[in-house]
Amino acid sequence: MAPETSSSYRFHQSLRQRALSRLRAWSVPAVAVLICLPLLVIVAGFFIGLFSPEQRDTLAHLGRYVISEYVRHTIILMVGVGLLVAILGVTTAWLTTACNFPGVRWLRWALLLPLAMPAYITAYTYSGMLSFEGPVQLVVRSLTGLQFGEYYFPEIRSLAGAIFILSFVLFPYVYLITRAAFIEQSRAAIEAGRTLGLGPWQSFFRVGLPMARPAIATGVTLALMETLADYGTVHFFGVTTFTTGIFRTWYGMGDPIGALQLASILLSAVVVLMLVERISRRQSKYHHAGRSQQPARPLQLSRSKAWLAFSWCFVPVLVGFLLPALQLLFWSADQLHVWLDPSFWNLVKNSLVLATVAAIITVIVALWLCYGKRRTPTKLIRSSVGFASLGYAIPGVVIAVGVMLPLAWLDHRIINVSEALFGINPGLLLSGTIFALLFAYLVRFLSISVQTVDSGLAQIRTAMDESGRILGLTSRQILSRIHFPLLRTSLITAGILVFVDVLKELPATLILRPFNFNTLAVRAYEMAGDERLAEAGPAALMIVIAGLIPVILLSKAMSARQQAMHEPVMAAPKAEEIYEPVKA
Amino acid sequence: MSLLKLDQIDVGFGNQVIVDDVSFSLDAGDIGCLLGPSGCGKTTLLRAIAGFEPVLRGSIELGQRLVSSPAQLVPPEKRGIGMVFQDFALFPHLTVAENISFGIRQQTSSEQRKRVNQLLEHVGLEGYGPRYPHQLSGGQQQRIALARALAPRPRLLLLDEPFSSLDAELRESLATEVRALLKKEEITALLVTHDQQEAFAMADKAGVMYHGRMLQWDTPYGLYHRPAHHLVADFIGHGVLLRGAVTHDQRVQTPLGLLHGDHVPNNSEGEAVDVLVRPDDIVIDDDSERRAKIVAKGFRGAHYLYTVALEDGSQLLCMAPSHHQYELGHEVGLKLNLDHLVLFPAGYCDT
Repeated sequence: MAPETSSSYRFHQSLRQRALSRLRAWSVPAVAVLICLPLLVIVAGFFIGLFSPEQRDTLAHLGRYVISEYVRHTIILMVGVGLLVAILGVTTAWLTTACNFPGVRWLRWALLLPLAMPAYITAYTYSGMLSFEGPVQLVVRSLTGLQFGEYYFPEIRSLAGAIFILSFVLFPYVYLITRAAFIEQSRAAIEAGRTLGLGPWQSFFRVGLPMARPAIATGVTLALMETLADYGTVHFFGVTTFTTGIFRTWYGMGDPIGALQLASILLSAVVVLMLVERISRRQSKYHHAGRSQQPARPLQLSRSKAWLAFSWCFVPVLVGFLLPALQLLFWSADQLHVWLDPSFWNLVKNSLVLATVAAIITVIVALWLCYGKRRTPTKLIRSSVGFASLGYAIPGVVIAVGVMLPLAWLDHRIINVSEALFGINPGLLLSGTIFALLFAYLVRFLSISVQTVDSGLAQIRTAMDESGRILGLTSRQILSRIHFPLLRTSLITAGILVFVDVLKELPATLILRPFNFNTLAVRAYEMAGDERLAEAGPAALMIVIAGLIPVILLSKAMSARQQAMHEPVMAAPKAEEIYEPVKA
Repeated sequence: MSLLKLDQIDVGFGNQVIVDDVSFSLDAGDIGCLLGPSGCGKTTLLRAIAGFEPVLRGSIELGQRLVSSPAQLVPPEKRGIGMVFQDFALFPHLTVAENISFGIRQQTSSEQRKRVNQLLEHVGLEGYGPRYPHQLSGGQQQRIALARALAPRPRLLLLDEPFSSLDAELRESLATEVRALLKKEEITALLVTHDQQEAFAMADKAGVMYHGRMLQWDTPYGLYHRPAHHLVADFIGHGVLLRGAVTHDQRVQTPLGLLHGDHVPNNSEGEAVDVLVRPDDIVIDDDSERRAKIVAKGFRGAHYLYTVALEDGSQLLCMAPSHHQYELGHEVGLKLNLDHLVLFPAGYCDT
């Protein structure tokens, strides 16, 4: 008897499988708890603070002197950014979808370019351009002959400046999602409006815009989440918000519990935004007007209107990407010695290694979670995956604080035990090394890769697995011969997205990086903080170049979609394919 | 009096001609239907009538007024046309009542309410006003889309494959219902479909389109019994073309024997022709002299559709009640019931 068919073999095999599936069933919630740990710490911190009288005092002090200011600035920032990104995003999305004018094809993807710029880097370039010795003021002075102080010039390093910078960097979120909604609205919806007596512009305001409302809300909330999470821009511009407040309380005042409490207030604002986002996403499901077969035929604009439309869409690209990129190129060309400095290339190596390792870990964990969800889609497992993907909305500062405290506590226990047992002090094994950083990245960026892997897995229908089984593949062969080839692109995409986000990430890296460990983002921040803006150029340029990769991926996906919708369905079918052949 | 008149219109995108030299007219109060396989240009023609596509040649008149010509294009919102779209295109952000009153918003709110209630009653959905479209079933959405298009009392209602996304059972009952409703509201309507049963159930006049051409514009009865083109004969109903030759006394010699009818062309002696033979032209009658062998049969519920082979090998379709069964290979007699002959020049395969 062959070993495969013996009953004892089968018995053992079934035991092993049962153990495996139990492992899978429990590992997913366990991973979710681990990943939510920093958030739990923040929430716990809030209550610890409430129950200790000492902490209540500090909280009252914070409340009296700083929190009201943080709240005020944060609200002004959110309202300003929210309005501006909605206006920029919706108008550009509509013009590039519904109208036809020269340059529109280029603008469709160029409008995504600002996404490649981290907001803090755009902030550095503008404060360079608009500073006293910057090109703009030089031109003003040489044209008017006025001296410093004799003319009014707006200060970019202000709350208004932060609103300006963040809006021009973040509006592509609104543009991207709203445009997808406009494309998906079947032309029938707009045309139904026309047959019911609306002109072309009226049907935009009465039908197109209201139908895209949930998409607009989703885009604006995403932009606002980024606004809440921003540290680099507001810090550089000297605007006190919650993120800068957490930094100051942690480093400046050495008060970790206070920082925790500020973080928990910030977290609750984030939770509100997340709820809004969830609700609007759910609504947008209903807002599909049936199957959309054909997009509306774009409106051909007359010459003067075409110029107007082009300029309106070009200005955000110019302000959000071209000008800052030019400034960076100029600085980089100017700072040749930086490029030749071996320490710079050491930074590049650090950043690349860190981002690669984080990407690999994140994709592996995402795969594990997504497969767990696919195999056993119980309520517990699905909600675990949902909880594990909360990180995308949580500001890096909050995550860093939530990671640092428990890891430091654990390190001290390890040191105690190790000293008692072996008499050796191993140092800060977790919180003092790259481990803390990788863990924070995992928490923050897991949702990106879960989303990508999930949509990749969703394309592999279970019928494919089953037909593989029927055709005689073992479950391992199904993974290697069906799933892996189909998933490869999704895995690579997920990896690239995480890689680039890690390169751009600033606040968590600042807090958690090991002593003397620097990355490109940290270097750019330090140089800019020391008013050596030009020297920040090369590092910033490298980050922006890496940031272009996902923009290219996005624009490719977008044009592929557009192409699929524009595919001519006019190809005349042959008569014999349509009619039942007549037997004569 | 014709409400809608199309005169030799061409519609196309770029160099591609989608609708090619189409003319027809539709009388006020009639329901017209455009039939044809997918991609034949029928939807494009409908959109040209609505004003969404310009015409490259010819003209469209609506109630004696020129609305489309190469020089002039009245925009859709100025035409007084209603349209029901294939995917209904209800506005998902508005309630059923708001959807219906969308086109009559210049009226007072009490007038609007009255009209909405009246239409909801007509389509059998009283009390559905406050719901949202996504809370309705496909058939209900269909009716609301119809009510919305009817609300402004359009002169002409266009329906683009209005029942294609519904299941077969619903489709037939709705088609009859909609016809009754249109007649009640005295609406002139033009619908597009690829389903001939739907066309038969609804239309007073129908046209078959193929490759952008209108092959025939006629009553449904005429399309079935007097097809002007072998493609029309193909598309409408079952049937086969039987090769025959015209004799000197204007009859047609076929494998079925000598056939006579009024449509045999003069002076065409010896010419080869194709004769259309429908299943309902043939009755199985065992006493008949004409013998044929059953080669295939298909169960159709009330009857069987048999394919029979004549002695020379040519095949025909015929029907028999399903309690009247024949085995494959069985020999039967055929009786002809051909009142009028439908002839096409033999081997005519081009449009």
